[in-house]
Amino acid sequence: MKVTVFVSPKTTVLDPQGAAVEQAIKSLGHHSIEGVRVGKTVTFQMEGSDTPEIRDEIDRLCDGLLSNPVIEDYRYEITTE
Amino acid sequence: MKVAIIQFPGSNCDWDAEHSVQNVIGLPAGRVWHKDPLPEGVEAVIVPGGFSFGDYLRCGAIARFSPIMSDLQRFADQGGQVLGICNGFQILCESGLLPGALVRNDCMEFRCLNQSLKVEDSNERFNTEALAAQLTLPIAHGEGNYRADTEVLADLEANNQVLLRYSPNPNGSINDIAGIRNPTGNVYGMMPHPERAVESHHPCLDGLPVLRAFLQPLLQSSSVKLSA
Repeated sequence: MKVTVFVSPKTTVLDPQGAAVEQAIKSLGHHSIEGVRVGKTVTFQMEGSDTPEIRDEIDRLCDGLLSNPVIEDYRYEITTE
Repeated sequence: MKVAIIQFPGSNCDWDAEHSVQNVIGLPAGRVWHKDPLPEGVEAVIVPGGFSFGDYLRCGAIARFSPIMSDLQRFADQGGQVLGICNGFQILCESGLLPGALVRNDCMEFRCLNQSLKVEDSNERFNTEALAAQLTLPIAHGEGNYRADTEVLADLEANNQVLLRYSPNPNGSINDIAGIRNPTGNVYGMMPHPERAVESHHPCLDGLPVLRAFLQPLLQSSSVKLSA
């Protein structure tokens, strides 16, 4: 199965990259766009199937390494690719 | 070796840290590879600056899981003296030895300059009397914007855990924070580089009192002369 983890800066944390990208978007004339946040995606293949145990393992990985809970939130999707 | 300087792949201030401690201050220091154990008898550890593991994922995120970090955690838990400088500060925050996190500078630029800093009265070692009211130290970072939630920040301020504040603020750091310590006062972290300000050919010499303040427990127990 394929796991896709989406990591994004917490809404309460200043996101300088998002602010810079938003400024660029506005400079292109897209004035209706706001609230830009820049995050990252991490994808990997994993043996097994979508079970609570597997989800626990992915959560541990996301909390410990892939995201920093002080400044980031995460969510993930599991697909059978 | 009394002072261990941890080398990660991508550390680049390790030699400067060793030189400043061993040759300028005069305490026996050595570099320790991140896959090796922390040597017996070490009394202080410096986690130096650089770009450990290429700053991949987040600054310090991968170094945090290096084999030596469990030794460092134990060392800190037992009251050992730990100082993280720049990337070292980021690693200590990622590992939970210090609270908060460091994110991209709000200006989106890498800031490399001699930075004016305000000294806080933090404890018996780090205060305006032991150091000075104002210091100048080199900074060189793209991710020095300190962040912590409201509760953590309130605790830091209430316990006088802030060591240094930027004046003016170069990176958007919350409450102008440039350096902090843990509640027990044995783990220190700062974005400025004291090891780059210890000799006459450096732009300033203000790193010397900062390193001495950190190493004070070792200096007091050794025969090393305190004069420069």
